[in-house]
Amino acid sequence: MENHFPIRQILDKNGNVIAAEYKEKITEKLAKDFYRQMLRLRIFDRKAISLQRQGRIGTYAPFEGQEASQVGSAAALAGNDWMFPTYRDHGAAMSFGHSLRNVLLFWNGRNEGCIPPDGKRIFPPGIPIATQIPHAAGAAFAEKKKGTANAAIAYFGDGATSEGDFHEGLNFASVFKAPVVFFNQNNQYAISVPIEKQMNTKTIAQKSLAYGMPGIRIDGNDIFIVYFETLKALERARKGEGPSLIEAVTWRYGAHTTADDPSKYRDQSESRARRQETDPVLRLERWMQNQGIFDEKWVQAAEEEATAEIDHAVAEMEEFPPADPAAIFDHVFAEPTWQIKQQKEDYLKVIGGGRE
Amino acid sequence: MKTAVGAKTMTLVQAITDALDTMLDERKEVLLLGEDIGKNGGVFRATDGLQAKYGESRVIDTPLSEAGFVGAGIGMAVNGFLPVIEIQFLGFIYPAYEQIMTHASRLRMRTMGHFTVPIVIRAPYGAGVRAPEIHCDSTEAIFTHMPGIKVVCPSSPYDAKGLLIAAIEDPDPVLFLEPMRCYRSAKEEVPEGRYTIEIGKGKKLMEGDDVTVITWGAMVPEAMQAAKKMKQKGIQCDLIDLRTLFPLDKDIIAESVQKTGRTVIVHEAHATGGVGNDVLAIINDTSFLYQKAPVERVTGFDSPVPYFGFEDHYLPTPVRIQHSIEKVMKF
Repeated sequence: MENHFPIRQILDKNGNVIAAEYKEKITEKLAKDFYRQMLRLRIFDRKAISLQRQGRIGTYAPFEGQEASQVGSAAALAGNDWMFPTYRDHGAAMSFGHSLRNVLLFWNGRNEGCIPPDGKRIFPPGIPIATQIPHAAGAAFAEKKKGTANAAIAYFGDGATSEGDFHEGLNFASVFKAPVVFFNQNNQYAISVPIEKQMNTKTIAQKSLAYGMPGIRIDGNDIFIVYFETLKALERARKGEGPSLIEAVTWRYGAHTTADDPSKYRDQSESRARRQETDPVLRLERWMQNQGIFDEKWVQAAEEEATAEIDHAVAEMEEFPPADPAAIFDHVFAEPTWQIKQQKEDYLKVIGGGRE
Repeated sequence: MKTAVGAKTMTLVQAITDALDTMLDERKEVLLLGEDIGKNGGVFRATDGLQAKYGESRVIDTPLSEAGFVGAGIGMAVNGFLPVIEIQFLGFIYPAYEQIMTHASRLRMRTMGHFTVPIVIRAPYGAGVRAPEIHCDSTEAIFTHMPGIKVVCPSSPYDAKGLLIAAIEDPDPVLFLEPMRCYRSAKEEVPEGRYTIEIGKGKKLMEGDDVTVITWGAMVPEAMQAAKKMKQKGIQCDLIDLRTLFPLDKDIIAESVQKTGRTVIVHEAHATGGVGNDVLAIINDTSFLYQKAPVERVTGFDSPVPYFGFEDHYLPTPVRIQHSIEKVMKF
């Protein structure tokens, strides 16, 4: 099966374009935009880990190493498309226009963080593994019924492909030709369990065969293949040809979350070695260097710009009004039931009134 | 909106079909999803003829995947549709438990109202029809325990139609339990067209000053039979069909138990963790000092619903209900 689903690349690890047909499509503008976005996410990710260490946000799930998969796939979406991320895909969500402040609020235990900016159709992060996959199938099916050309993208990891919801969601989408792209980031570990203990298949892409949909295995650290293949899958979806499965092979450098110590289950020197070999940011940097367009000053300016934006978002998160206890009661139903009204009233009395 | 005009005599399952037909006609966002609901009209024929009338794009046979099609229904609901999802039997809803518990019921709260899930999940439930194992569960309490979903359970054709329409129009998820034992056991006049019955309101079926009997769903006819027998013995029952299991009708319970001071709660679900305990909590909170006797519960046992060879022993019967009524009277 590995032969049927080879890992496809446009950019090799040395930053050379090995797929000649893309030479024209890869412009300086596209590369710089991708580079800037990956840099922004990496700075955000490191900042969030440091905020967690300082007790300024809660447990955090880092994505460093997966920036190409997230930026490249999100860049392929159109403005009205739907995004169904997991808790490790806020990189994709922020690339797609989610508010940095709200993403930080989410990680700081605030429901307000689940609200996307106006007009952005970004679901709150899927927490129970794979459960967002049927949602994406359903939202996409709804777009098809409305007769739009909008599509949906569902993110999930390698471990998710063992869950029933993965199979039920793919089957549902396939039967009804729902315009959805199932975007798998195979970072090769589900918390501590390596992929060879997760499944007895050599690839995730091959699972597409069972659902009669195209599947492709790509280098998830090559932002160009991620972008162009997601674009292709989305075009196919928009034309009414149904869903696709993309397996983006990648690696998370860090822990599953800040509550986890990866050295217990894997050799972190492997992570360091992979960083030299396959880092998505370095790879694009190498391409830019090969093109003679890598400019340290531009990078520094991009870093400064991202840092300022992130610092601003952190300040906004920290200045956000404290949790209003009324919110616990006000959003359970459109109209609170008598139980909830009574509990709210009793509780607010005990604490001496809400902030209303 | 059309208003109700004439009326037709029909069974509970026909009233369900009529409600679905009415809403498919009234609201283009309404869609039916489920297994065998198309050509076959559902295993109980609750969707009989609806695919022929509204087409495959609105009455949709899904793959066999409760989690998959409930999950997809959530996605469709968030994206503008009003899916009415049929689970063939309540005992088969469990694969979808996760989707209901972790998404349908709390998406509004998670997103502070930004995304909402106006779905209805219909499920025939209960024992007493000689069905195979797992087809007879009455696990409503699993769902009344979930914050963010309403649980409705009619016992008559008229209530079934009005409550189902109300459920479809409700902006939040509703689990709609259909007592399969009552599907064809009785007929009554049901108005044509659209009408609603408010979710969260019980109904008084008999007036009496001696004992309050509180029940719902398939236990309504059993409790009614017991109450009639007691009447012959001179004991007058105040019989309440709760109709909605979350949110419970606190007022109808309090009003009645304050009047009688004696209560028997009847449900076919297991005793432990059953909705009867929430009724008890309401009695405790609202009417403690009015009680003349400890509240009796007549329920299914804390054993899995047995094979149908044993179900007559498992289910509460009029005899067991009468026994409990006599017990609270003698206390």
